[in-house]
Amino acid sequence: MKTHWQILVVDDEEVMCESLAAWLREDGYVVDTASSGRDAVEKARLRDYAIYFVDLKMPGGMDGIETMMQIRRLHPEASIIIITAYATVDTAITAMKEGAQEYIVKPCNPEEISLLVNRIIKVKNLQRENTILRKKLTRQYCVHDVVSKNPRMQEIMALCGEIASLRSTVLIQGESGTGKELVARAIHNAGDRASKPFVAVSCAALAETLLESEFFGHEKGSFTSANQQKRGKFEMANTGTIFLDEIGDISPKLQVDLLRVLQDRSFYRVGGSEEVRVDVRVVAATHVNLQQAVAEGNFRDDLYYRLNVIEIRIPPLRARREDIPLLADHFVERLSHELGKDVSEVSEGALRLLLDHNWPGNVRELENAVERAMVTCRGPVLTESDFGFLAQAAAPAPVWAVPAGMTIEDMEKVLITATIQRTQGNIKEAASVLGIDRSTLYEKIKKYEIPR
Amino acid sequence: MKYLYVAAAEEVERGALAAVTARLAAEFGGPVRDMELGSVDFAFDAERRQYGSIPLLDMLLRRCPPDAAKLLAVTERDLFIPVLTFVFGQAQLGGRVGVVSFARLRQEFYGLAANREIFLERACKEALHETGHLFGLVHCPERKCAMSLATTVRQIDLKDDAFCAACGARLRRNPEGTQV
Repeated sequence: MKTHWQILVVDDEEVMCESLAAWLREDGYVVDTASSGRDAVEKARLRDYAIYFVDLKMPGGMDGIETMMQIRRLHPEASIIIITAYATVDTAITAMKEGAQEYIVKPCNPEEISLLVNRIIKVKNLQRENTILRKKLTRQYCVHDVVSKNPRMQEIMALCGEIASLRSTVLIQGESGTGKELVARAIHNAGDRASKPFVAVSCAALAETLLESEFFGHEKGSFTSANQQKRGKFEMANTGTIFLDEIGDISPKLQVDLLRVLQDRSFYRVGGSEEVRVDVRVVAATHVNLQQAVAEGNFRDDLYYRLNVIEIRIPPLRARREDIPLLADHFVERLSHELGKDVSEVSEGALRLLLDHNWPGNVRELENAVERAMVTCRGPVLTESDFGFLAQAAAPAPVWAVPAGMTIEDMEKVLITATIQRTQGNIKEAASVLGIDRSTLYEKIKKYEIPR
Repeated sequence: MKYLYVAAAEEVERGALAAVTARLAAEFGGPVRDMELGSVDFAFDAERRQYGSIPLLDMLLRRCPPDAAKLLAVTERDLFIPVLTFVFGQAQLGGRVGVVSFARLRQEFYGLAANREIFLERACKEALHETGHLFGLVHCPERKCAMSLATTVRQIDLKDDAFCAACGARLRRNPEGTQV
């Protein structure tokens, strides 16, 4: 790990330069030396060093501070340690003001220098890891990486790119598992807000009072367990995007509150009297038909129109079967890395099986099916038999006789347990199959102590 | 045939020298040759009141016998390099010469009662460490390994008097001693 990081030691005294370089090399770092400020800047132009040790007093019109300033112009994130034999408070203050990370007086204790270098490298490692993860995450949700050759999906992705930098609210409609959050993230990552927060909230998972606090935060003491002030998701998403999943499930009171936020971009924390203003782009998603919910009086029409400024309808997987082979290959490639299994393709027979399946759980169900097949498969190709569980799932259910003495509650418990098993633990899908909303399903899971 | 040499400055106690030589012979598969170094007073720095390890290494390079694969010197003098207050030792990474100072390995240096056993253990660990550098090993993150960086005697005491499996394997892969 250490050998990836390079250090530059800058000192006009050769013995000073070489002895520190040799000491650092013993620690495994690649160390270069420079005998003047000018030499150091030239070297920094060619390479970005992790740490620069710069002597404060150097002849030739370019002292340590000037050298540091020029290096920082080339590499604003550079970690520069100023070394001096003549410590004064003034020089220390000047060095720190100009951006030195540390200021050490020579000769210094070996432990001090070792701890200092380790601390800086630790931060550099974390920063690098963070950058890699951010890049990975952005790529994962990039518009261009959405796997589809379906014309409707391609239109959607083109639209995502066009609307990415607008602040207009977006409503994404589609069945469970079609990738509504993926599209929301793609919109966020393609626009001006990409480097700002993307905050996702599932509206179906929480009760009304909890959701209100989740949205808007609360003040200390506003309810029994409010031990301290808490920022809500809208505040967390400030300058970025908030993704409101399952918006169709929110209560009438929250619909009013949300309408106010969308109109004014301001709200009050629960129990608070101070108005909080935010700059947030709202992307909402739902699997229910909101237009129908409005017609039935279950969803406010004014909120619906506020949300539905830009509408995106994602087709279910069964309406774009041409994507199934592409998606299957994509999942095989990704999961072979993640699972550490040497699987490279899906056989023709297996592909036929996948194309014939109805995919009520859409892309998520396909992904789960490929993962399940990869976990149990023995060879490098996924065959029909690896997807045997799909045929079983599609087989007609045996006629079921009601056992004598069964109560309605017993029956409900059995039904919920079986549905959760069938949807492989996907609560959203189970709730949809059972025809109840997710919060009701969560209550029943808790009531009957059903394992998930 | 090339040998590992251990060169003792005139002030070094011969018993300590024998212990270090025996440990290096056991680790690097002997034979280890002894050499007399005489006085190292030429490396004395009046301002620091310590001995410079850089002039010492320069002298060792000049006096390194032709049949020496590596030459490790031992001295009782307190060593330094200009940027640091002291060093327990110094060696050319993957090079020919290195030096270990016994001065700060003794309990007496810290105002404690002399303890020969502790001193000899530290001396052997530091001799292994600097010789490891000569064979190209860099500091090891495994705290128990003789190649881990120690800037205090407490850290030396926490190390084992041996290389960890990874450093041992690197040595076997690269017995000539260029950087590994």
